[in-house]
Amino acid sequence: MPHTPDPITRDPIARLDGVVKRYGRLTALDGADLRLQRGELLALLGPNGAGKTTAIGLLLGLIRADAGTVELFGQDPQRIEARRRIGVMLQNAELPPTLRVGELLRLTASYYPAPRTLAETAELAGVSDLLKRPYAKLSGGQQRRVQFALALCGRPELLFLDEPTVGMDIEARQKLWAAIRQLLAEGCSVLLTTHYLEEAEALADRVCVMTHGRMIHEGTVEALRARVALKRIRCLSTLSIDTVRGWPEVSEVRRDNERLHITAAEAEVVVRRLLVADLQLRELEVQRAGLAEAFTELTRDADEASDTDQREAA
Amino acid sequence: METVMSVNEPVVNEPTSLVMPRRRVIGAYLEEARSECLRYMRAPGFMLPIMLFPGMFYLLFGVFMAKSEGADAARYLLASYGVFGVMSPGLFGFGVSLALERDGGLLTFKRALPMPPGAYLLGKMLMAMAAAAVVILLLLVMALTLGHVTLNLAQAGALLLTGMLGVLPFCALGMFVGTLIKGQGAPGMLQLIYLPMSFMSGLWMPLPLLPKFLQQIAPVWPSYHLDRLALAAVGLDQQPLLPHVLVLIGFAAGFLLLAARRLRRNG
Repeated sequence: MPHTPDPITRDPIARLDGVVKRYGRLTALDGADLRLQRGELLALLGPNGAGKTTAIGLLLGLIRADAGTVELFGQDPQRIEARRRIGVMLQNAELPPTLRVGELLRLTASYYPAPRTLAETAELAGVSDLLKRPYAKLSGGQQRRVQFALALCGRPELLFLDEPTVGMDIEARQKLWAAIRQLLAEGCSVLLTTHYLEEAEALADRVCVMTHGRMIHEGTVEALRARVALKRIRCLSTLSIDTVRGWPEVSEVRRDNERLHITAAEAEVVVRRLLVADLQLRELEVQRAGLAEAFTELTRDADEASDTDQREAA
Repeated sequence: METVMSVNEPVVNEPTSLVMPRRRVIGAYLEEARSECLRYMRAPGFMLPIMLFPGMFYLLFGVFMAKSEGADAARYLLASYGVFGVMSPGLFGFGVSLALERDGGLLTFKRALPMPPGAYLLGKMLMAMAAAAVVILLLLVMALTLGHVTLNLAQAGALLLTGMLGVLPFCALGMFVGTLIKGQGAPGMLQLIYLPMSFMSGLWMPLPLLPKFLQQIAPVWPSYHLDRLALAAVGLDQQPLLPHVLVLIGFAAGFLLLAARRLRRNG
């Protein structure tokens, strides 16, 4: 009997559909939609208070939606069967201080049907040297690594990582990124929230930007960047800021010692002007705006739109 | 023993690795209880006050000052201070830890994990029972050696059992307070319950020595009923036990329900 598994595998493994969540008079989610496909890393971005934590809380079954659908592997997230397939790293969870790292891992692994071995978990998360240490004696960065180990110890199909690299130094962050990539290569899916846009840029297949309880953009990192046409131009020049600011194509300019930092939509025109105006110009660089600029622009637009809405409503 | 499933394969049927065998579910309950016990037995800030206060009181009033009153006084106070000692792991072990874990995010984390339902509360319950056993054993050793109390094995065992089961109503009360107050406010609130209730149930000095009004309202307190059971265990009370047992069960069930309702609503 021929089988067509396609529609099944294409079903999202985590889904929010028109979800509304209110806390008293505050509307945390206002018709939020989210789809996470198997095997991808989706980064959920947004300013504080955008509703990211509420969205995660709903998908983990910690809170109930006032309206809309919340599904985890096609089930209610409050069902333990659905949660046996996920791993969780929350932003702040004070773990029992007197327990040793190995004991914490052993306890968490016991909740899952087919967990990794202790050695495999420790190796993946880079905590092999910490297993005998009490949790309270670890540094902040080490504690984050242990929390990451707890998230992956159950061999989850979907990993929730809420601000995983806060408090980590650059090296630790790079190691965690490498571990996340390895998990993705094994077929694990990840829902990541982060304040570090370079983290989303480094890891995400897709990004989803939230403000005011709604998703305002969903797409690849490239698509998000492309929404912002701005380019960054840097050079060493003696031209005064006022001169450059006078050019119509320039949207922003500032000087940092000898170096000019210019933001412009049409970089080619500005570069031509620069080269003509200053023959001594050196170290010219042109870059497409990063995710940070795109993000700022998107959320600013959304803020302006919601301000206008409120004015019109008033 | 572990089945590694390739996630890239189309998942048509529920993969076998997702079915949690009963053996592993029971294992998870045991791990939770083991971790909870380990964690508190290693915390001197928790264990020392629980053991020191009843231990010191018993040494002072039950051993040194009761010498003139005879062995029956030492026996009577063994039961009373035993109950006093058993109340604190229930109230503080359950109440304070729940209040702190609600505040510190551990409870939220555990609720997000596939921890079997009830494992969290069961683990804390077993921890409180173990701590209660430690307290009773400490007092028993002091009574039998320093206090010259004579108890047969059945009486000592009955007292130990009374203490270990008797901690449960106080777990329920502590849990309820832990759902009302978050964080560092809980210990103070629990002291305000613990100390007056102990006094008014006749645990510090025998009830007949207290004012008439306090004697009359004593049956309101669960510690009064547990004290009657403990006295019976050491052979000092011949009254029927069943009413006291029923009151304690009702008390435990009532507060457990109230606390569970608050936990479900407010997390």
